[in-house]
Amino acid sequence: MQAESILIFIVITLSVLIFFAHQRFKQLITLALLAVIAVITTIWSITVFNDGFNTPVIRHISLSGSGGLILTIDKLSAFFILVINLTCINGLLFAGGYLKHYYTRKKGLNISIHFFAYLFLYISMLLVVMVREGLAFLIAWEIMAIASFLLVIFDAEERQILKTGISYLVQMHIGMFFLLIAFLIVEKDTGMLGFDALKYYFKEGHHLAVFILFLAGFGIKAGLIPFHTWLPEAHPAAPSHVSGVMSGVMIKMGIYGILRVVFQMQNDLFAAGLITLAISLLSGLFGVMMAILQHDIKKLLAYHSIENIGIIGMGVGIGMLGVSYNNQSMIFLGFGGGILHILNHSLFKSLLFFSSGNVYQASQTRNIELLGGLMKRMPYTSVFFLVGSLAICGLPPLNGFISEYLIYSGMFSNLSGLDFKGSVIVVMAIAGLALIGGLAIFCFTKAFGITFLGEARTKQAEEASERDREMLIPQLIPVIFIAAIGIAPSLFVKPVMDLIAGNLSLTGSGPIVTPENGSLANISLISGFFVVILTAILIFRHLHLRNVPVKKEPTWGCGYGVYNPRMQYTSTSFAYNYNHLAKPVTGTKKDINEIGEEEIFPSERSFATHTGDPVKESIIDKPVEWSWFVLKKLAVMQTGKIQHYILYAFIFMLAALLLTYLKII
Amino acid sequence: MRLLGFLFLIVSALLIPGFILRIKSIAAGRKGPGIWQPYRDIAILFAKGQVFSNTSGLIFQIAPAINLSCIIAAAMLLPFGRYGSLISFDGDFVYFLYILALGRFFSIISALDTGSSFEGMGASREALFSMLAEPAFFILFAALAIVTGHTSFSGIFSEYTISGDHNILIMTLIGVFVLFQSSLVETCRVPVDDPKTHLELTMIHEVMILDNSGFDKALIHISTYLKQAIYGLLIYNLITPFKLNLVFQIIIFVLVQALYAITAGLIESFRARNKMNRNPKFILTISAVAWIAFVIILILKK
Repeated sequence: MQAESILIFIVITLSVLIFFAHQRFKQLITLALLAVIAVITTIWSITVFNDGFNTPVIRHISLSGSGGLILTIDKLSAFFILVINLTCINGLLFAGGYLKHYYTRKKGLNISIHFFAYLFLYISMLLVVMVREGLAFLIAWEIMAIASFLLVIFDAEERQILKTGISYLVQMHIGMFFLLIAFLIVEKDTGMLGFDALKYYFKEGHHLAVFILFLAGFGIKAGLIPFHTWLPEAHPAAPSHVSGVMSGVMIKMGIYGILRVVFQMQNDLFAAGLITLAISLLSGLFGVMMAILQHDIKKLLAYHSIENIGIIGMGVGIGMLGVSYNNQSMIFLGFGGGILHILNHSLFKSLLFFSSGNVYQASQTRNIELLGGLMKRMPYTSVFFLVGSLAICGLPPLNGFISEYLIYSGMFSNLSGLDFKGSVIVVMAIAGLALIGGLAIFCFTKAFGITFLGEARTKQAEEASERDREMLIPQLIPVIFIAAIGIAPSLFVKPVMDLIAGNLSLTGSGPIVTPENGSLANISLISGFFVVILTAILIFRHLHLRNVPVKKEPTWGCGYGVYNPRMQYTSTSFAYNYNHLAKPVTGTKKDINEIGEEEIFPSERSFATHTGDPVKESIIDKPVEWSWFVLKKLAVMQTGKIQHYILYAFIFMLAALLLTYLKII
Repeated sequence: MRLLGFLFLIVSALLIPGFILRIKSIAAGRKGPGIWQPYRDIAILFAKGQVFSNTSGLIFQIAPAINLSCIIAAAMLLPFGRYGSLISFDGDFVYFLYILALGRFFSIISALDTGSSFEGMGASREALFSMLAEPAFFILFAALAIVTGHTSFSGIFSEYTISGDHNILIMTLIGVFVLFQSSLVETCRVPVDDPKTHLELTMIHEVMILDNSGFDKALIHISTYLKQAIYGLLIYNLITPFKLNLVFQIIIFVLVQALYAITAGLIESFRARNKMNRNPKFILTISAVAWIAFVIILILKK
């Protein structure tokens, strides 16, 4: 143990080296330091997973040999550690290529701070999942917020980005505030600060309010509505590898917290589960509905993070309902689907952010309306983006399907056994998840089709080309995992089921029924059939095409010959029909001044549509406006004359005296 | 015996399209093409060469093949009465719907791959309408899962008719309605879409494949035929008593498929296509009806 402690201390000390190294070596140093920690923590996690029981491994990190920082790693932590390690290493590999173009433009200090913050974001996330004690946890939580803030404002020369970063930091602290209150309430009852206290706290009595506090606090990090407002702003502002890591793992820390709390709850699980399920379902629907209307590719992906967090939350909610109904298949499939979706989402979302980073670097724009036809010029990037899109839509035979399938199965499994209330809730969730799936397909056919297919709409898109080959490797790794989980799901689902069994201490109550085992083998089988049939048809097609004449001609234009790439369907036109239906939710506004009857020769007109975020407008913008209004009224008091201020002080003291005299205070 | 469903499916896919054509020509009082006309069309397409658009790339080339393999994979999950399906597992209808969605994903992006605004328009419509149609199927199968306590096609259909509950009659009626209407949406038939219309602006599916030719076009036709047969088979499974012997089963199967073709053909002959912006309403009605089925089951069962 001592050796590990010393090693970790050395890594943390050596991280200062980042500031002194040459531009080109900063990333390598960070990578080396990160790798050391990754190896240590991966070994810890694998030991935990190999253990048949859920005995947490406890590590003391200190130089003296006893006391110090106590790290507790059970299977839940171990799972998150593996996800963090994979995504962060990938992100850093990608950063090497992505930031190369900034080396000449940015000062060395900027780059150093960036890598330093990256390393500490990584360390703090690991701490978050390993530390159980309340104060240490909140400190790690805070480091995580600050480190990610520094990463987001990498391009702080742009005022808008700095503003976004600060708004992010403020919202993180509101979340922190909720958590602090929740932990303090628990502490008051149990005398312990931290997650270990929850077990005793939830043992008796009803504590729904505390659960809601935790849900709000962790929900802000996770991006559940209505706490999602920072997400669609911060992700586009940050560099791609940071968005990938933040969306891939950092927002999952919120889910981690929720799971930790949920696994300790004993009472009120029906109500709590219902709340979680409802909020998650709304997040899922709202996220994807807003995503369809975005033209900024990274903003679109950010809204999809909200959707996917919603799907994860739905799994968790179903699991909680399962606990309250005491139904094993709902518990395992619900929690299992949710937890597996954490891994899946971290894979395909980081992949999508990385490939959209490639697009951004090649074309210098994130607006998909200006792109088009990139598949011919950037074949690798587009294939990666396609795989990510298919996976995020939950289509077989890729990984997204497996977790969504588990959640669906969880919902269907006990449908005939539920009571009236339960069945209505579950069927609404089923219909909602089905709708989310359909909307996601709508969104990603749009995103992929408009960006990568057809003809280039602008010169930027025409001149785009694949830049760095080294940026492709960190995208290949997620692709391999995505395919592996999709084709051989049993390998990955088994540990997740063990995790749930361990955490809910169900091991004692008879044999665990994990109902999906046979089904997963069958899914592999039919996916295999699908691949075989597809290959057969493609081979046959290939042979056939050799025997018949094949020509290349312009796209059929209904007889119109003067074709122009600007005639193509755009992202707006693709979403036009949808927008018509979804207007009540998304609140799209049109800017046009109509042509009057008296105008015989209409003058020049412009037309624009705007899609804000209705939730943000109503819970952030409006209140801010009101408080401005009130504060401006109060500013009458601020006269700038010292006499007035002395008068205020005198009135205050008089009031204080009077109130004390009357024994009011 | 497990192959039975799959084989019958292929056979009926071979016959239904021609049959619908015949019904339409009889209803219109035309001499019309023979029942084998679709096969002559496909044979001609196979013999022809291919023309690709300059704009299109890899996606356009592989999409028809992917779509067809998705539909074949989906067909493998369907049982034939008590002769189970090739592959069956809990929640297989989720796989069924999602693999069909995979095929649809590719046909949509293949339309966008040509860069034609007509095809973009078709793609947008297809994406929207199929998205709206998605929940109906799930709600219907949730209701069936409550009735039977099973969550796979084979399980649901085997328990369904022997549950001895007379209320399933209502359920069956609604189920047939929902499946039939969904099939009109999925296979692009009147009143949602008109496969024989001549103006691109009013098309959905046809306008997405304007640029496909030769072999790929043949694959697309075959996919549509198979899809129709799949819905016929689903309806058959829903209404056939489980314990019947094979001969009766086959007779009922033939009757159901024939009735399906006749109804589709007659609707096509006597009804106009919906205005495009009425389609969402039409499609959401299917979900609403499925929801009614669910509520009825809930009231009767719980």
